[in-house]
Amino acid sequence: MSEPHTESTEWDDETSRQRVDEPIPTTIGVPHERSSAGAGPAPVPGGAALLEVDNVTLRFGGVTALDGVSFTIRQGEIFGLIGPNGAGKTTCFNAMTGIYRPTDGEIRFTGKRVTGLRKYEITSMGIARTFQNIRLFPEMTALENVMVGADAHHKTSVLGALFRLPRHRREEAQGREKSLRLLEFVGIRHRAGHVARNLSYGEQRRLEIARALATDPKLLCLDEPAAGFNPAEKEDLLQLIRRVRDTGVTVLLIEHDMRLVMGVTDRIAVLEFGRKIAEGTPAEVRDDPKVIAAYLGVPADAA
Amino acid sequence: MTTTADTPQTPEATAPSQGKPGGGLRGRLDSLPKPVRWAVLALLVAGAYLLPYAADVPVLGPQLVTEGIDWASALFNVSYFVLLALGLNVVVGFAGLLDLGYVGFYAVGAYTVALLASGDSVFGTKWTWLATIPIAIAIALFSGLILGWPTLRLRGDYLAIVTLGFAEIIRITADSTPDFLRGDQGFTGIPHPPGTFSDGTPVFGVRDATPYFWLGVTIIIIVVLALRNLERSRVGRSWLAIREDEEAAEVMGVRTVKYKLWAFAIGACVGGLGGVLFAGQNGFVNSAMFQLQLSILVLAGVVMGGSGNMAGAILGGALISYIPDRLRGTQILDRDAYEYRYLLFGVIIILIMIFRPQGLIPSRRRALELKDRAREVAPQ
Ligand SMILES: Nc1ncnc2c1ncn2[C@@H]1O[C@H](COP(=O)(O)OP(=O)(O)OP(=O)(O)O)[C@@H](O)[C@H]1O
Ligand SMILES: [Mg+2]
Repeated sequence: MSEPHTESTEWDDETSRQRVDEPIPTTIGVPHERSSAGAGPAPVPGGAALLEVDNVTLRFGGVTALDGVSFTIRQGEIFGLIGPNGAGKTTCFNAMTGIYRPTDGEIRFTGKRVTGLRKYEITSMGIARTFQNIRLFPEMTALENVMVGADAHHKTSVLGALFRLPRHRREEAQGREKSLRLLEFVGIRHRAGHVARNLSYGEQRRLEIARALATDPKLLCLDEPAAGFNPAEKEDLLQLIRRVRDTGVTVLLIEHDMRLVMGVTDRIAVLEFGRKIAEGTPAEVRDDPKVIAAYLGVPADAA
Repeated sequence: MTTTADTPQTPEATAPSQGKPGGGLRGRLDSLPKPVRWAVLALLVAGAYLLPYAADVPVLGPQLVTEGIDWASALFNVSYFVLLALGLNVVVGFAGLLDLGYVGFYAVGAYTVALLASGDSVFGTKWTWLATIPIAIAIALFSGLILGWPTLRLRGDYLAIVTLGFAEIIRITADSTPDFLRGDQGFTGIPHPPGTFSDGTPVFGVRDATPYFWLGVTIIIIVVLALRNLERSRVGRSWLAIREDEEAAEVMGVRTVKYKLWAFAIGACVGGLGGVLFAGQNGFVNSAMFQLQLSILVLAGVVMGGSGNMAGAILGGALISYIPDRLRGTQILDRDAYEYRYLLFGVIIILIMIFRPQGLIPSRRRALELKDRAREVAPQ
């Protein structure tokens, strides 16, 4: 148990030091079977259905946060979910990732029902997310945060760790390497050894994306990842989202910034008061009178 | 984390120290080069094994050793309290689950040995001490799972109450089954660990507790190494993630119930081992030894020493055993100072909570968490 690379106090920096001069990877290149399953490197709008939200209703006591919402996300696209504050976007994420259970309706992922499954089961099926209000593990280092995500597909557990069995050590090494690659991918590799709470706001947002990607998702759900960003940072994020998509991961994006949403998404669904009021390409949605009304606060029928 | 002295060339090697609480002993130890750190650890271990001879150290020695109880016995008491603190630290410190009935697992370990090895047992198996160990550990683990399975879905405060009930159930069951667990009467004649010297006298006798202490230290070292392997693996990461944000952890794929259950089971194993060690030395076990106070005492030790950090747990566990034993035989106001032990603990804990809320040897992360919480409570 005394090899240098197993020292959690050292290896983060040691490893990153050794690897600085390596070429920057252009794809996430995750060495797991599942990430490459079916998805090509290029965007495939009009691909197979990946996530189907089917007539989902979700009530909190008297509040109907989602009211018969349906939409389908296709493999390889960047799908936008927009709507005014309180429209039910985050609630929709929570229903998809098992945090809330829909009152009615069903959500299917790659044709399989996810409603009623446990959160970690949904994660291992291939849905990953970030949180609107950042929820990192603040006292863990950036690298450890990402490694928690990478552990989602590891097989060894207590016995492997206790006796440091070969498979455990292999998984540990792979997880570390993959996590460093992901930190590189989102551009915060140099922060690997820092505790998450000491990262800047923008770095924390990126770290959340890296952590989510470490679970090898087929679908990455981003809840307002650009909130609080300045235009330059937003531009960087936009690039990052495109690069994620180019590695074969489908993206679901909640975002308030219209320019950003219109610029990056392939299709958009619009929610208002828990109902879907429009769906289509950015151009279609932008010109939809109901959407304009929702955003300007005018009742839909009056528009 | 990353303040190794030999890594000045990367900026991140030194920068993260910003978030740390005043390094103290721990920070200083971490900043030493690796060979030095190992040397320090080796010295500490050697020092632990040599503790029975502390009385021979001039000036300091006589101050250190106990008066009302022989020094070797006091050291042995320290060893099993340290074991208990290490086990409870897995549950409370690593996984962040409040367990108020930890003595229950200690009782399970001790009673398993008693039932299998004592002549008083209804089973009449009269096994050797050594043979009972695997069974005792297995049953402690099993009891951890039995208790954890239904309760780990509960929120922190409910969990605390249920665990408290568990320990009391074991004690009360012992009291109310005079034929099986033999209540107050207890089990006598529990065999000692094996081994004889060349002249035929047993290594583990009744007069000198020193060999038992050495056995205890050896078990502690094995336990520490095992827990360290866990702490630095996905298991440790999962525990930490659960402690910091359970829901986010599960969304990131951590099987939270499974890992909480493991924390419980591993803590139970270590507690059971403490019971095994105790039974093997004491030779006698009865229900009066598993009072609620013992759980609270061990918890106080973990918190005092530094919850979430094994060095802290070891120190805390040692102190809760050593301080009362040291008080024995000294007089305060015409009374044996031992009788003031709980008063003294109360004062010590209050002082520590005021001046060092993260414990004597804090877990770095725990200290940060506490700071965050303090900020939430009292924003500037
Ligand atoms: N746990 C909850 N309990 C009760 N009501 C809730 C809960 N979560 C959400 N709601 C309500 O559901 C509605 C939708 O909230 P949601 O957070 O999904 O909106 P949103 O579209 O994400 O808004 P924003 O753009 O502000 O993030 C709101 O009226 C909110 O008050
Ligand atoms: Mg929201």
